[in-house]
Amino acid sequence: MAALINVPAKARRGDVIEIRTLTSHIMETGFRHTADGKLVPRDIITSFTCRYNGTEIFRADLFPAIAANPYLSFFAVAKESGRFEFEWIGDNGYSSTASASITVE
Amino acid sequence: MSVWRAIAAAALVAAAPALAGEIPPDARRSGYSFMGPDTRAMQDDDTSNPGMLFVLDGEQLWGKKTGSAEKACADCHGDARSSMKGVAARYPAFDKTLGRPVTLDQRINLCRANHQKAAPLPYESRDLLALSAFVAHQSRGAAITAGDDPQAKPFVEQGRDLFMQREGQLNLACTNCHDDNFDKRLAGAPITQGQPTGYPLYRLEWQTLGSLERRLRSCMSGVRAQAYDYGSPELVALELYLMSRARGLPMETPAVRP
Amino acid sequence: MPTTRRQFLSLAGGVTAAGTIPIVTLRPLRATPAMLNTAIRNVVGEAPIRTGKVKVDIPPLVENGNTVPMTVTVASPMTADDHVKSIHVFNEKNPQPNIANFYLGPSSGRAQVATRIRLADTQKVVAIARLSDDTFWQVAVDVVVTLAACTEEMN
Ligand code: HEC
Ligand code: HEC
Repeated sequence: MAALINVPAKARRGDVIEIRTLTSHIMETGFRHTADGKLVPRDIITSFTCRYNGTEIFRADLFPAIAANPYLSFFAVAKESGRFEFEWIGDNGYSSTASASITVE
Repeated sequence: MSVWRAIAAAALVAAAPALAGEIPPDARRSGYSFMGPDTRAMQDDDTSNPGMLFVLDGEQLWGKKTGSAEKACADCHGDARSSMKGVAARYPAFDKTLGRPVTLDQRINLCRANHQKAAPLPYESRDLLALSAFVAHQSRGAAITAGDDPQAKPFVEQGRDLFMQREGQLNLACTNCHDDNFDKRLAGAPITQGQPTGYPLYRLEWQTLGSLERRLRSCMSGVRAQAYDYGSPELVALELYLMSRARGLPMETPAVRP
Repeated sequence: MPTTRRQFLSLAGGVTAAGTIPIVTLRPLRATPAMLNTAIRNVVGEAPIRTGKVKVDIPPLVENGNTVPMTVTVASPMTADDHVKSIHVFNEKNPQPNIANFYLGPSSGRAQVATRIRLADTQKVVAIARLSDDTFWQVAVDVVVTLAACTEEMN
């Protein structure tokens, strides 16, 4: 499944940069019923983590109130060139990853 | 949904004695211009537009070998950025072999059947939406020209008749809302001109991408009329008329709408 | 389908030229209902919660309760000694009180997060920040959603 990541390709050391991520997921709440009254089981992303050169810099616990195709924006200090790694974990063993690199001058 | 349409429609018929008629070309406005700044921002930025997730999926499918012919779209059409540029702005387009207009979804399924030897993708399936979003995205910014083909004219007329025809328990025509009452509000939400510029598009209400046919079917159940089937000649004609009515407006796929 | 939408719509009475424009309005919080309170205490424990430092931005015109953009900002220098450790967002009337927890730190540089949430109804949204000195700060807003989350498939 696709994910869209927005990390600036370049930054100056010490800059505060915005990171935006968007990923495909239905985020089924577990509170809805089908027409014949059956509960639709919950199927959501429960956790998102961002690591910068291996160190966790941002994490989020998500609940059914997060809209489908979860969007997250947060900030980071550009310290050194390297990689941001993103990981989404969810119900039914769901797991997906993405990464983006940055050059810091 | 039907409840509010019922109430709103009753007020609407009473409130609109003078019919405004068809919208002149220079007054045509995309649904985008009726949206709030936050929804616009969501559409404008590709990394925050959830419709782009489907475009990315479509790009993958474009390069994937499928069916007993073991051919990918890319094997015949090459780089979509050039081969598919402007194509969606011409659809629905007249198909000479079939002697009738086909939608972009139908064209993609014709390629699957005739050229890939693969089963058709169901309407509104994720793969069909992804492929049509990817193809139509190559036309983003291109001016709509569908319906210009002289052979398509009778079908444009058929669609126009359907647009003008009152239907359903509420006895309302599409034109009553989208020509005569755009810019007014229906229970808090703006009525737009009903321009089909962004399909397939991401609707916040659906929380997913959907086709123009899905949108039209919901407008029909809104006036409590029996919605035409996906791919039916009536729905294709209506789609063709809507596109010709939007002549000159730029394509926005994948748009975002409330 | 949520009954609120029906109720509202049957009151609205249809098309008006000027229109019932404000779909979401923000008013100051007055009371905290029990479920919300329990969820908050699960995070905060017995610590006092002060009002201030935290800001929640939700557009003045929410066009659909299924996808509501929300930004939470905390006034903080985000230094090693003085920063935001976490932000917790709650709601009052969705079936579950939690919306999200965000964990950040000095390497965030700015204490601001944005996401898109579902609001099934008119209700309170509460955001609480835990600072590096383990004090808790909150803001609460009443969000009025008149076009509640609702899907046409239920026609
Ligand atoms: C074996 C070659 C072949 C493959 C594979 C193929 N197509 Fe086609 N496609 C054609 C041909 C030939 C046409 C012209 C119409 C016709 O004869 O069917 C066409 C027409 C089209 C058109 C209309 C272009 C226009 O200008 O109106 C679209 C859109 C299209 N194809 C999309 C696709 C997609 C999407 C796929 C993959 C799912 C695909 N095609 C796979 C050969 C192919
Ligand atoms: C009772 C009023 C009413 C009637 C009748 C009605 N619609 Fe709509 N339509 C709406 C409203 C309200 C919306 C959602 C807001 C908007 O885009 O106008 C909408 C949306 C649309 C859209 C989506 C526009 C976009 O920007 O994506 C299209 C296309 C459309 N209608 C076509 C039709 C067609 C075709 C018919 C007749 C079969 C029809 N409508 C009948 C009220 C109506």
